[in-house]
Amino acid sequence: MADKRNNPGMASRRRFLADMARTAGGVALLGLGVGLYSRQAASLPVSAIRPPGALPEADFLGACIRCGLCVRDCPYDTLKLSELGEDVATGTPYFVARDVPCEMCDDIPCVKACPTGALDHTLTDIDEARMGLAVLVDQETCIAFQGLRCEVCYNVCPVRGKAITLEMRHNERSGKHALFIPEVHSSACTGCGKCEQACVMEQAAIKVMPVSLAKGELGHHYRLGWEEKRKSGESLVAPDVPHEYNLPEGQRYEHGGAGLIFEESANKTPFGKSALDTLNGRSAAQ
Amino acid sequence: MKLTRREFIKSNAIAATAVAAGVTIPGISPVLAKSKDAIRWDKAPCRFCGTGCSVLVGTKDGRVVATQGDPDAPVNRGLNCIKGYFLSKIMYGDDRLTTPLLRMKNGKYDKEGDFAEVSWDQAFDVMEEKWKAAIKKDLERNKGLPPEELTSSVGMFGSGQWTIWEGYAASKLYKGGFRSNHLDPNARHCMASAVGAFMRGFGADEPMGCYDDLEHADVFVLWGANMAEMHPILWSRLTDTRLTKEGCEVHVLSTFEHRCFELGDNNMVFTPQTDLAILNYIANYIIQNKAYNEDFIGKHVNFTKTPTDIGYGLRPEHPLEQQAKNPGKGKLSKISFEEYAKSVEPYTLEYASELSGVPADQLERLAKVYADPDKKVSSYWTMGFNQHTRGVWANGLTYNVHLLMGKISEPGNSPFSLTGQPSACGTAREVGTFSHRLPADLVVKKKEHRDYAEQVWKLPAGTIPGKVGYHAVLQNRMLKDGKLNAYWVMCNNNMQAAANMNEETLPGYRNPDNFIVVSDPYPTVTAQAADLILPTAMWTEKEGAYGNAERRTQFWRQQVKAPGEARSDVWQLVEFSKRFKAEEVWPEELLAKKPEYRGKTLYDILYRNGQVDEFPKQKVTDAAGNVYDNDEMEDFGFYLQKGLFEEYRIFGTQGPKKGHDLGEFDSYHKTRGLRWPVVDGKETLWRYREGYDPFVAAGEDVKFYGKPDGRASIIFAPYEPPAESPDEEYDLWLSTGRVLEHWHSGSMTRRVPELYRAFPDAVIFMHPDDAKARGLRRGLSAKVVSRRGDITARIETRGRNRPPRGLIFVPWFDASRLINKVTLDATDPLSKETDYKKCAVKVVKA
Repeated sequence: MADKRNNPGMASRRRFLADMARTAGGVALLGLGVGLYSRQAASLPVSAIRPPGALPEADFLGACIRCGLCVRDCPYDTLKLSELGEDVATGTPYFVARDVPCEMCDDIPCVKACPTGALDHTLTDIDEARMGLAVLVDQETCIAFQGLRCEVCYNVCPVRGKAITLEMRHNERSGKHALFIPEVHSSACTGCGKCEQACVMEQAAIKVMPVSLAKGELGHHYRLGWEEKRKSGESLVAPDVPHEYNLPEGQRYEHGGAGLIFEESANKTPFGKSALDTLNGRSAAQ
Repeated sequence: MKLTRREFIKSNAIAATAVAAGVTIPGISPVLAKSKDAIRWDKAPCRFCGTGCSVLVGTKDGRVVATQGDPDAPVNRGLNCIKGYFLSKIMYGDDRLTTPLLRMKNGKYDKEGDFAEVSWDQAFDVMEEKWKAAIKKDLERNKGLPPEELTSSVGMFGSGQWTIWEGYAASKLYKGGFRSNHLDPNARHCMASAVGAFMRGFGADEPMGCYDDLEHADVFVLWGANMAEMHPILWSRLTDTRLTKEGCEVHVLSTFEHRCFELGDNNMVFTPQTDLAILNYIANYIIQNKAYNEDFIGKHVNFTKTPTDIGYGLRPEHPLEQQAKNPGKGKLSKISFEEYAKSVEPYTLEYASELSGVPADQLERLAKVYADPDKKVSSYWTMGFNQHTRGVWANGLTYNVHLLMGKISEPGNSPFSLTGQPSACGTAREVGTFSHRLPADLVVKKKEHRDYAEQVWKLPAGTIPGKVGYHAVLQNRMLKDGKLNAYWVMCNNNMQAAANMNEETLPGYRNPDNFIVVSDPYPTVTAQAADLILPTAMWTEKEGAYGNAERRTQFWRQQVKAPGEARSDVWQLVEFSKRFKAEEVWPEELLAKKPEYRGKTLYDILYRNGQVDEFPKQKVTDAAGNVYDNDEMEDFGFYLQKGLFEEYRIFGTQGPKKGHDLGEFDSYHKTRGLRWPVVDGKETLWRYREGYDPFVAAGEDVKFYGKPDGRASIIFAPYEPPAESPDEEYDLWLSTGRVLEHWHSGSMTRRVPELYRAFPDAVIFMHPDDAKARGLRRGLSAKVVSRRGDITARIETRGRNRPPRGLIFVPWFDASRLINKVTLDATDPLSKETDYKKCAVKVVKA
């Protein structure tokens, strides 16, 4: 713990080193053009996750003064400061979910400790944090997709049932079992990384990624009809007046429901479909 | 597939390029893998729960290197749960026990000494001395007494995880050799209440149905069973039926919300113990609405009642036992249907709802599905019913409901008692390693049953004691009281399991009058409390057989050798028997009946009796011609497992209780298990019904042939309160149990790094408002305190279990948080099974 407690002197030394490193790096990369360099410096390796409430990466790098106070106040030693030579901008805080995930403290001490607002002080409910987004990256390998009863990611999820749910499906291969497929929901996933840490595979099949990398975006020209209907609580366009159909006897049609229905009672007799059926006690209703 | 040299080079080159590029190319890697892969595959049942999934075990160079779900196994069809996924790692924990360890000071045994390595000879020398000293005292005390009055000071605590022949060898050694019935399995903690209800209701143990009910039922009702976590593969079968069968519904009852609630259509959280009232309400509903199956109950059912106010199985001097009118009583008396109807009449919807806290409409919905003659209902339960101070009653009340409707013994209509352990059925129950049982449903109390066992075992008449031995909980009390002095714990971790550990378990183990031996693969909490630790071969390090919850007996061959000096349980039992001459354990009057046994050892008498040693040393091979080790055969010079099984089989095929037939030894090595009774090679899926069960004659329709008159018992039992309920000071209920990732006390699964990481430490599952009211929140350390002890763990308010206010749940897998210091050793007075689901605690800041 003690070695992690950065004193201000230490922090300024770190900043100095960081700046030096940038300069050195910049010089080395001059041949490739300064534009490329600055893009690299602002990009974060996929496995490095910023603390809760971190501003978007470019803003964060501008606001973070590399003081290390968030790291000092993390009670679970989740956060660490990037050191010289790492891919993360030197002196900035991050964590690697597979090693030590965020425990999602109710009082969010890391945010409270931040003197600059690089970690956004308006974040007071840890469930609102979006450190990243868990993605089930390898559905081929994940044993849940094969029907094994694992569900470790689901069980360890602190927002279990909202951030990760299980979708139950019929297992076509075995014919008798269900699959319990983990599904991540960006509406609730905080990116804490508990799932990635706990994944029992040699390489985690579920990984936390930066939201920008993990999320697709629906075309702005399109809406999902059923979602819009759900949101408004009713059809956006007035529902149809009742429909009527030409149908033979014993059949009816359910608009918006089952469609064509053969009414069983109309066909029901105590007798079979053939003499043999009747004799053997197999009625048509069976 | 055949590859030419050119193709091989080409595919290698492509593969090398692909590897360099980080790409896999379909069709290439398997070919290469096959040429390198010299893994031998053979089948074995999973080591963990009572489901009985089959796996294929891959060995290479004398080590289990991989497993796979067995795609040809009917139970699991290639699937496993997360524990089964890691089977290949459970034998290779760093701290396996590989040599006997004895507490010593100055080179000699000393109860206060430190553990030091000894040889098997030294270990057995000390054991022999202690056993002989105890037996000598017993012989003195028992002089001239009839079998019904014999007492003993040697005992053993065995296991529902023993292989079938291990349980059988132990039963012979103790009951037939040492003349002690103080042999009980850890299944006492898990299935004893189920057994009690089977015997009272049907006169024969184990379910009438099988797992195929999971596809045939319309309605599933879960009574105190968290199948989603504890029987994972069965749950995925149940879920599949719910997903694919129209009109299928799932009703879940529990004292807290758990994983099964995610599927449930009618989820009910009830106040602990009020399941008794709910079940009586359902019976009342069926009768009030005249929904009962008059024909069925007229032909196949007797109505009875059980004595009430029976106490809580605590020590006799406990005030609760002093107050009880009929402590431990269970003799049934016949009543009429009208009397039965009158007895359940007070259990109205209003009363049941008020007592249980379950909304009336939900209870009524539940009653309706049972009462609907067109709906097939399967009820499942495990420890919620069994670990219950009225466990036998609760099991029985469920049978009442099914019997009233005739919804039993046919596909989909099934009251089904799920088993916890992999061989609670196969070993603990079928072999009869309980303190009151003998193989194939025989009991020590009945002289004709003892006579039969003595005849099969070729023992002098009157060898087996007629008094029921000490059950699990009583063994600990008797160790503490100094009445049980030489004690062997095998294949279980009772110091972590037995309730009220500080007051009732540890004192007995450390009592200076006693010598405690623990056989285990790993240094468990129990081993730490022992005087001698024996290193044990586990799972596929020996040839074995398990019997699962649906009466399926499954075999496996020895795949690898155990590490170091570790030996199988069966080897330990049989080898130890060589240390005793008949004269040293039996009185003269017994020997006089079989003078040919003079000078013989128990090994000669019990295991070289012409039956157990009938099958000579031979090569064990599979259909592909692979040859397997059998270390016991190598050591003893005959096929021990086969001899034990074939002798044991006599009890089922020729014994006084019919319908317990097992197949021949060899047949099981050729199948993924067979469901008994196996008659003429045919399995039995549903018992007691004509057409399905070969013991029900044509025209009999249904016959509960375990009972002399062929009728099952409907047994009225009322609601009675639990032994300990929350009060002002201890204001919360404590329920304990398991989690999906860990098996029982975690001695195997916590040594698998991935499973340890997935669920490292036990937590206190608690309602967030309860936490808040105590100044606690998720993640903080808190103390769970009862009148007996306390533990410290972190609070979890968001986890998989969501208790209602007023109840906490703590899993027991964690050896560093022994929740059994907190639990109460109250038992069902009939089954003697501990209630691990109910006691009063408080939770305070740590």
